[in-house]
Amino acid sequence: MAELAVRNLRESILRNSLTTVGISVGVASLVAMLSLGIGLQQLAGRRLQKSGLFDTVVVTSRRDLRGFNRDQEENGPAPAESPALNESARQQIAQLLNVLEAYPDIRFITELRYEDKPYLTMMAGLPFSAKNNDAFDGMQGTFFSSDTAPEVILQKSFAAQLLGRTPKAGSEEANVADLAKPLLGKLLTMKYAERTPTPATDTAGKKDLSSASSSETSNPAGTAYSVLSREATLQIVGVCDLDPDSMRGQARARIFMPLKLAQNLHVMQPSDFRDTTNVANGMPAYTTVEVHVKSPTQVQAVEDAIKKMGFNTFSIVDATRSLRQFFAVLDLFLGIFGSLALAVASIGIINTLVMAILERRREIGIMKAIGASDGDVKGLFFAEAGVMGVFGGFVGVALGWAIGRVINLGTNVYLKRQHFPPEQIWFVPWWLVLGAIGFAIVVSLLSGLYPASRAARLDPVQALRYE
Amino acid sequence: MPPAESSLKNSIAIHTENLCRHYRMGDTLIRAVDGISIQVTAGEFVALLGTSGSGKSSLLNLIAGLDRPTSGNVVVQKSDLAKLSREELAKYRLHTVGMVFQSFNLIPSMTLLENVELPLRFAEVDRDKRDGLAKQALDRVGLSARLRHRPTELSGGEQQRASLARALINQPQFLLADEPTGNLDSQTGTEIMNFIREFNETLGMTIIMVTHERTLAERYANRMIFLADGKLVGDQSNVVSANSAQIRGGGL
Repeated sequence: MAELAVRNLRESILRNSLTTVGISVGVASLVAMLSLGIGLQQLAGRRLQKSGLFDTVVVTSRRDLRGFNRDQEENGPAPAESPALNESARQQIAQLLNVLEAYPDIRFITELRYEDKPYLTMMAGLPFSAKNNDAFDGMQGTFFSSDTAPEVILQKSFAAQLLGRTPKAGSEEANVADLAKPLLGKLLTMKYAERTPTPATDTAGKKDLSSASSSETSNPAGTAYSVLSREATLQIVGVCDLDPDSMRGQARARIFMPLKLAQNLHVMQPSDFRDTTNVANGMPAYTTVEVHVKSPTQVQAVEDAIKKMGFNTFSIVDATRSLRQFFAVLDLFLGIFGSLALAVASIGIINTLVMAILERRREIGIMKAIGASDGDVKGLFFAEAGVMGVFGGFVGVALGWAIGRVINLGTNVYLKRQHFPPEQIWFVPWWLVLGAIGFAIVVSLLSGLYPASRAARLDPVQALRYE
Repeated sequence: MPPAESSLKNSIAIHTENLCRHYRMGDTLIRAVDGISIQVTAGEFVALLGTSGSGKSSLLNLIAGLDRPTSGNVVVQKSDLAKLSREELAKYRLHTVGMVFQSFNLIPSMTLLENVELPLRFAEVDRDKRDGLAKQALDRVGLSARLRHRPTELSGGEQQRASLARALINQPQFLLADEPTGNLDSQTGTEIMNFIREFNETLGMTIIMVTHERTLAERYANRMIFLADGKLVGDQSNVVSANSAQIRGGGL
């Protein structure tokens, strides 16, 4: 029957082609809309994944008295009784189920010398895993060669400052490549305060601290420390276009060094002052520990576990949920618009087939007279609808794919003009291709249902009477 | 094509009993077929004669299973057509009867081969067998050279020969012809009639032919049934037609 259907369709090629084009346009709009919806969702997902916002738990100590939310302060242990957020706590957190890594946030204000001029800015340690962060999209130079390499990456605005270029108001942002060229490979000298444990005897002998002697008895390992002024030479390896530390607001750094290096330098941290009188074991206490979780779905569980340890936590996992909901609604709406186009196309199929019945009345009569059953006639019209659906589906998917691609290209041209990196905002998954073709066939068959049964019911004597 | 079984010869193949087909046209009731009872023996060549509107075509449509009686019975080979389902009736049209029309009724968008093959498709004959059978049937009516032609590219006689081939393709026992020569000149008409007689004589097919030409009926049919206003008005056997040689020689 399909064979017969195809040849019948070829007979009124123009009308059937137009009908098929109608289906194609319906399918195409469906595919284009959904592929853009899916593409946008994936883009957002990728961005968020790379930004590390949704799989990150920020841990702070209650001891610093600025919990991210007040409930915790009332429910958990009192700040004075809560544990210190030190290296052993960090290791404990890193051991938790589904935790990829837990690293301290190390940042400090430092004086840097570049070509004999001093600059004061905030330095932060970056874990090696930050390499894949989208903040480094469009970076000039390279990421750190190792986790302890004496290398730094500059933020664009700081690079401009080092070069003495102050951006004028209203002028376009400086080109990162121009800024990087004279700086890459150059050396900076950093002045910083190192915190070194002082041997207990030395401390007691030299400073004669009465308070220190009491804690000395409970833990003789490191009850006191010295602060030494040091210098280190660092090489500029990269200048980044975006701001890797944008989340930090006021405290954001404009120059970055490998985290391990920062730890090894034992730079004095603000929390060191706070816990000067309290740290008994000589371990440095961290202001903040950032925890990376395997996937956003496990964030809640990890957060709960860390809270149980007596720390304050913060994550934006709830935001992902509402974001997903938003995309589900977006996809639904885009799908509805696409389906409307397909509905119009299906009316076209019904119209074409009903017209075909009128036109081919006699043919149907002949077929019945020579022995075609109702089922044969119905099957033939049904097959014609199906063939139009198959063709329409395939052409439509190709068309939709092309439309999505064109929109994507157009968007990227726009993005480029606005100095953004290109993005894939359009994605056609396999299930959409198969689903759209299947949908086109199903819609066509449903549209063929009425004309086919009408053709099957035709009275052969009536149909043959008109000459 | 195998000849009809000898046991069927001279047995009653078709019989109608008080057969009626009435229909309404506006306010008037039209009695197209009005209480006809006839019996047709297997192997007969019957001509249904009458003026237009006499009900001969309506009677043929009832026998062909294209139409259903308002009342009465049409029994063909012991099955009452009035009692068959639509599906069974289609099967009956497909396998038991073959039809030929005045206006040929070939499907214009199909080649001759495809037209003749069509009943085989409905009979679900294997694709690889269909082609051979259709070619064979067209060869029988002398159209081997026209397989790929469309009906409109052929003369009326050729079209009617193709429709004969189509009527025979599923080897039916009955050939029902509605004015088969009505649209043809006398020479091609004779050609067609000779084919029909050949099917009657060599294949043993039972022929029922509707015509308004008495001479044609006398020349070929061995029985003439006369209808007027839907009623049977005469039924006579015709011996002249038995002598086929004389007619063939005599032309028209």
